[in-house]
Amino acid sequence: MEHGRPAPERRESFRTVSGRPIERLYTPGSLEGLEPPPDSSVPGEFPYTRGLYRDGYRGKPWTIRQFAGFGTPEETNQRYRALLAAGGTGLSVAFDLPTLMGRDPDHELSVGEVGKCGVSVASLADMEALFEGIDLGTITTSMTINSPAPMIFAMYLVVAGKQGVDWRSLSGTIQNDILKEFIAQKEYIYPPRPSMRLVTDVFAFCAEQVPKWNSISVSGYHIREAGATAAQELAFTLRNGIEYVQHGIDAGLDVDAFAPRISFFFNAHNDFFEEIAKYRAARRIWARVMRDRFGARNPRSWQLRFHAQTAGVSLTAQQPYNNVVRTALQAMAAVLGGAQSLHTNALDEALALPTAKAATLAVRTQQIIAHETGVTDIVDSFGGSYFVERLTWDLEHEALAYIETIDRMGGMVPAIERGFPQREIADSAYRFQQAVERKDAIVVGVNEFVSTAPEPPLATLYIDETTAAAQVGRLAALKRSRDDREVQRALDAVGERAGSGGNLMPALIDAARAYATVGEMCDALRRVWGEWVEEPAL
Amino acid sequence: MSVPLRVVIAKPGLDGHDRGAKVIARALRDAGMEVIYTGLRQTPEQIVAAALQEDADVIGLSILSGAHMHVCPRVMQLLREKGLDDVLVVVGGIIPDVDRARLSEIGIGGVFQPGTPMQEIVDFITSHARTHAGEPGTRR
Repeated sequence: MEHGRPAPERRESFRTVSGRPIERLYTPGSLEGLEPPPDSSVPGEFPYTRGLYRDGYRGKPWTIRQFAGFGTPEETNQRYRALLAAGGTGLSVAFDLPTLMGRDPDHELSVGEVGKCGVSVASLADMEALFEGIDLGTITTSMTINSPAPMIFAMYLVVAGKQGVDWRSLSGTIQNDILKEFIAQKEYIYPPRPSMRLVTDVFAFCAEQVPKWNSISVSGYHIREAGATAAQELAFTLRNGIEYVQHGIDAGLDVDAFAPRISFFFNAHNDFFEEIAKYRAARRIWARVMRDRFGARNPRSWQLRFHAQTAGVSLTAQQPYNNVVRTALQAMAAVLGGAQSLHTNALDEALALPTAKAATLAVRTQQIIAHETGVTDIVDSFGGSYFVERLTWDLEHEALAYIETIDRMGGMVPAIERGFPQREIADSAYRFQQAVERKDAIVVGVNEFVSTAPEPPLATLYIDETTAAAQVGRLAALKRSRDDREVQRALDAVGERAGSGGNLMPALIDAARAYATVGEMCDALRRVWGEWVEEPAL
Repeated sequence: MSVPLRVVIAKPGLDGHDRGAKVIARALRDAGMEVIYTGLRQTPEQIVAAALQEDADVIGLSILSGAHMHVCPRVMQLLREKGLDDVLVVVGGIIPDVDRARLSEIGIGGVFQPGTPMQEIVDFITSHARTHAGEPGTRR
């Protein structure tokens, strides 16, 4: 190209992956006149835009926490031991769909699903096998489960107790975020209102007896995966957080008794700068909401701690090795945005659950970022970038506008009942797909740079029906060996407590200890509360 | 003027990930087809009943949970039992390569993995499905 004759720009307008228009160049003028102005705090100071800690990752790097689970508890136990041996520093349990939906492996709706997209855990016996030989006193465990969160948490607590671990020292996270299930992932059982009671029962129980446990992980990840833009992910997640805090307060809890144990979970998507800005905006909004809207006085209540996972939806079945690169770049954005823990997806996850080899490469990706790139030596390296500061402000204010809209609807539960966030997300998902179809959005290897030569098939993990047979057999054996009268007594107590009010956790822990199954415990509440059925809408 | 194809989009099994189902339903509708979306957690029996009641020319199954080798054979069997052998059945979702041939053997017309362009699915359905409008025994 000749000098002095600039080429015409490639497009009429440039936009982020969320469709946000961006300018050619950002200058000091890009930040002038913003009201309220961007904050000028330093890391570790309210409102924590630049991070929660003064020393960033210099003191403690993020936790490498790989979400894993498949097949039987024994198979997953082996994978966990391998992940810990590879340098993983925390566990994250993926449960299968029957468990997530509160159905036992022998239920008719579980056929074909047992152990397929996570590990099958039907009773305390399975939970014991899952953590066999793993000291719950020294590792932290994250459990991704929502509707049956209290039941699964009860089992975990019993296993910890049997290992001799004091609940007061137990550390980890239960996702327990039912609102985003109604909004995005759709793994709900009960209607929204009784579901919210289960959530706050876990808050109250943890505040009293398991004080180091994160009693919820308010999750934008699934909202983004369902098609939300970055601003929608930010807005709906934080508005869900507000809903939980309000329900906790309405249930009689002191805000500073449970808010410090609220954690968050965000997506790490393709648009590098937009993602970094999203995390920064999230911290700023939450700090102000907690201090100014809820009057929290403990700085730990103001601090938004988050886990990030790279975007599953960005993975392609075509040219799967490209996914390694996508994941590395997304992970870098999460790190530069100050994530407390991180999951990197494996290259084969558009096709199946990851093989051990692919899962190890995903861990190595994080280790390369942590130890070879130098990014962990400086805190909030993009702070002060005209572009990132402006993006942070724009995302913050777009999210605040959504939050106001939902406030006017009476909160997130009424908004969900009206289908508002569901529709907004479906519209965004369709707009993105249309952009891909028009090649306004390029997906390498899919709508551009497509391979002409046939690709060699990738060896993937295959879960066959032997898991289901094993789990059904194990369940039958359990039902023969346990004390049925004790199980029935415990389940009756769960049902009574659901009808009469009062915290359900102690009754569920008794039921778990008696080896009542997930399905039996969930059924005890189904009989009282019924099930939620979504109106299908496009 | 050609009669629009009637398509039932269904989410079988326990899986609630409905982004793909909803996007493809809209894309088919924008392409001029009549689309009925069943909503979540449909059994094979419910899906085939919907196809019968809606006089469907096409069934699109969206499965991301790994249950396809259970769901698809059952749907095909029920379609045969109801005399709906000529309904085109396509599947989209997380489907490993090793299962593609097996799904084809049991009569699944098309398997679409993540990243498939919508236009490719529209074209596939348009060229492989046959409208049943006006045939004896149909309700239209």
